[in-house]
Amino acid sequence: MHYVFEPGFFTSGPVHVALALGTVIAVTSAVVGVFTVTRGQSFAGHSLADIATTGGSGAFLIGVNQFWGYLAFGAGAAAFMEMIGIQRRRGRDVATGVVLGAALGLAALFLYLGTQYSTTTGASFSILFGSIFVITSSTVPALVASALLALATVVALARVLLLTSLSPDIAAARGVPVRAVGAAYLMALAVSVALSAVIIGAVLSTALLIGPAATALRLARSPVKAVLTAAGIGVLAIWLGIVLAYDSFYWPPAGRGWPVSFFVVTLIVVGYLAASLRRSDRPAREDNESIDAEQACSPA
Amino acid sequence: MIPGDDLLRLDHVTVRLGGREILTDVSFGIGPGQFTGLIGPNGAGKTTLLKVILGLQPVTSGAVLLDGAPRPARDASIGYVPQKLGLEPDVPLRVRDVVSLGLDGHKFGLRLPSRARRELVSDMLTAVGAQRYADARIGELSGGEQQRVMIAHALISRPRLLLLDEPLANLDISSEQGIVSVLARLARAERVAVLLSAHDMNPLVPVMDRIVYVAAGRVAVGDTEEVVQPGVLSRLYGQHVDVIRVHGRILVVAAPEGVDEAEAAAEDAGVVR
Repeated sequence: MHYVFEPGFFTSGPVHVALALGTVIAVTSAVVGVFTVTRGQSFAGHSLADIATTGGSGAFLIGVNQFWGYLAFGAGAAAFMEMIGIQRRRGRDVATGVVLGAALGLAALFLYLGTQYSTTTGASFSILFGSIFVITSSTVPALVASALLALATVVALARVLLLTSLSPDIAAARGVPVRAVGAAYLMALAVSVALSAVIIGAVLSTALLIGPAATALRLARSPVKAVLTAAGIGVLAIWLGIVLAYDSFYWPPAGRGWPVSFFVVTLIVVGYLAASLRRSDRPAREDNESIDAEQACSPA
Repeated sequence: MIPGDDLLRLDHVTVRLGGREILTDVSFGIGPGQFTGLIGPNGAGKTTLLKVILGLQPVTSGAVLLDGAPRPARDASIGYVPQKLGLEPDVPLRVRDVVSLGLDGHKFGLRLPSRARRELVSDMLTAVGAQRYADARIGELSGGEQQRVMIAHALISRPRLLLLDEPLANLDISSEQGIVSVLARLARAERVAVLLSAHDMNPLVPVMDRIVYVAAGRVAVGDTEEVVQPGVLSRLYGQHVDVIRVHGRILVVAAPEGVDEAEAAAEDAGVVR
């Protein structure tokens, strides 16, 4: 037992907070993520993460908790994206090059200035790559409330989102306010990105959003099973990541634990690759071989 | 037919988009249980016309009436099968999920699974001949299979009017015949009026009660014999067209400028198909 759980794991306060909060955020990210992948909005998630990085750095510079920076910039960016319709396919390339580059450049400036004026070491690292073991306890209620809000939004919209993914025209003809539903969903996505930025860092936050969801979509066929599988994978990755990060304190260089984000992201990627291998074992339907091959070749 | 008897009536509908007139003074009615073909070349305005009926495209002038009253914003009495889904195989919707969304996909919140719903979905899949792939993902199916599923999706909420946008485009001949016979059978059995758009009328000739021929944004309405004539269609297209009937098939072809009509007909008959 001691080989897996190093001494003190079960009695450490920060570990308890990390496990509890990690679970809530992993579930939220995974559930929101299933719809992100289904709607083909992984790109939007990634853009929101880049812009949230700027927000987190800005918050650090002015001495506000980073979560509020992630949230404010993420939500603002989501509103802007919805306004100009950039979450849809056209116009993505230009936005990627110009806006997101500028956002990360600004983040670099904020982090540089922030570390000049404060003695906080590791702030840059925790903004970019997360800090699940040093969550300020006063922000925990806000984090949990935000997670529940995002989760509730997506659950309430689940059927409508699926119908819209099937065909926006059908949904609109049936009286679904497609635009408003899309905007509400994008807000839930921004909140979810901000939350996972807190635990695994702003630049890596999409890993927790897209990774478990993409893996689950390869394993489970129905919407309900996909959501449950994604949540399970997300939670497992966070828990294992926390255990390994705690253990790594005893690994070289001794006395310096490895970052949780590294373990979480690595576990997610390994899971995704394993699921992909499993899937390619399954024989393709004969009448669709050419279509499958075509889609496999096109970039996701 | 008295206008009041129509399930659907378009009354002098004109649609102008960006200064261009897409539909000009379109009027026609569809009665309960009628099978109507919306026929015309690509770009004639067929999709716009369907979107007007669905309430997705506002009209510049004119009116769309359902049962003699203006079309309500949210209406379950019209089912719709769009032209192409373009879904990735990763989208987590099995065929049975898609059909089930036809019942309540527009509603918020969660629903509990129920045996009655499962059976209803299953019956609907059997009715369109899609039971065999009920557990496959919609994105993994061929075009013809997807069409059957989307017909089941549209019909499960028991609409009185079913609109289909080019359901036969890009289908092989046997899928084409399969879809047409499923539609004809369900239209009769359930008394659903069907309005189906197609650029080739031939697969529909045996089942169509009426034809709405669209060209250059205007329509001619009647039965196939009345409408598909050189005189009517030439007026519609605004240029001379010939109608050629060979081996029970109907070809509508434009006569090249400056060529004698008969000669043109003979030439085109050899060129087309």
